[in-house]
Amino acid sequence: MDIIDKEMKKLLKVQGLNKSFKEKQVLKDISFQIKEGQIVAILGPSGAGKTTLLRCINGLELCDAGDIEIDEMFLCKEEEGKSVYASSKEKGAIRRKLGMVFQSFNLFPHRSVLENIVEAPINVLGFSKKEAEDTAMRLLKELGLEEKAKAYPYELSGGQKQRVAIARACALEPNIICFDEPTSALDPELREDVAAIIEKLAKKNMAVLIITHDMDFAKRVAERVIFMEEGQIIEDAAKEEFFNSPKGGRVQKFVLKY
Amino acid sequence: MSYIYTLLPSMLEGLTTTLEVFALTLLLSIPLGVFVALCRLSKVKVISDITQLYIWIMRGTPLLLQLIFVFFGLPIVGVNFNRFTAALIAFVFNYGAYFGEIFRCGIEAVDVGQCEAAQILGLTQAQTFMRIILPQMIKMVLPPVANEVITLVKDTSLVYVVGLGELLRAGKIASNRDASLTPLVVVAIFYLLFTAVLTKIFKNLENRYGYYR
Repeated sequence: MDIIDKEMKKLLKVQGLNKSFKEKQVLKDISFQIKEGQIVAILGPSGAGKTTLLRCINGLELCDAGDIEIDEMFLCKEEEGKSVYASSKEKGAIRRKLGMVFQSFNLFPHRSVLENIVEAPINVLGFSKKEAEDTAMRLLKELGLEEKAKAYPYELSGGQKQRVAIARACALEPNIICFDEPTSALDPELREDVAAIIEKLAKKNMAVLIITHDMDFAKRVAERVIFMEEGQIIEDAAKEEFFNSPKGGRVQKFVLKY
Repeated sequence: MSYIYTLLPSMLEGLTTTLEVFALTLLLSIPLGVFVALCRLSKVKVISDITQLYIWIMRGTPLLLQLIFVFFGLPIVGVNFNRFTAALIAFVFNYGAYFGEIFRCGIEAVDVGQCEAAQILGLTQAQTFMRIILPQMIKMVLPPVANEVITLVKDTSLVYVVGLGELLRAGKIASNRDASLTPLVVVAIFYLLFTAVLTKIFKNLENRYGYYR
């Protein structure tokens, strides 16, 4: 086990992350790492800081202190107690390694499904239209959406929108893909589909980070669970360990509720 | 009927001035409006404050007064424009302020998630604005812009104050000369036709942007 562990690259390293909004500290000394092919769920009640943590990792929020390292490149590194961020050019390269599927998907409503997916490959990576569209069609096919290529987001169901958002993120070939509450906008029957897609991504050696308060979903899909409360990591354990013998009363209470 | 024919040459001459003021004002004040909206939304407080002051002055004083100020006031401090340029300057700066506020609302109405998605995908700020925000903003601002454009048609009649002969002035001159209301009816018909065409254009534009929700 140890040998395999060493071969697996650590794709995301978060070290000593702190973040405050005005006086309120929302993230307190957060540290964890994720290896390639690993599916990690961050669980916790609302207000625990899960979303802020995700927004720090994807660069939408700036953290105050701590390091964030994505595939061996520092997004920010602590120097003299303050996080120092990479130059905007480096940030672009780092950002490309990290895909993001938003809770409300944030598809571009004025663009067709195909145009949503090729937007960044063409305008950021400089791919030709043909190349980008071929990749996009391949992704859509994998996700069972090829006949929707010309549709607009408003014509799609929630589950379909989510798959387009996944395809859009995957078109940049990220090493890490993050999901913000992936089950919140879905009918219960569709959860199994998302779970299957997430597992497929992990098989391609992507690291998958899922923010959720959906216990069942975490139980279904994650290999590892990080439990957060009041801006701190309370528990970080393999799934079996987490659901069978959670440390601490608060974690237990949260687990038992579901 | 033949009386109306005799009116047409002077009316059409007036209409030309009206159309020139109208078209050039739109052409210049819409880009200015986008610029004003961006300045107004700037995170740099000084820029945002100055823009607010500009908007306040432009919206807070009558356009008629602004026309008088540019043509008769500025020469006092040695800045001279010909009649047409003076009128155009006043109109462009006035309408730029109104368009600026309309566009600002349009930009603010675009979901912040759109910017975040674009940012995550690695689009630059300029790309995000041009490719993601602007097209969605245009759809939202079309109805208020249509209002403003139709108001502009009628506001062009104010340029008489700097001595330009536009449509309404041509009508008034004929009306006074011939002691008849007919020229003014003809003027009204011209304005109505003009706004009917514009209404149709904006309806088509709205339909064109109706391909998504």
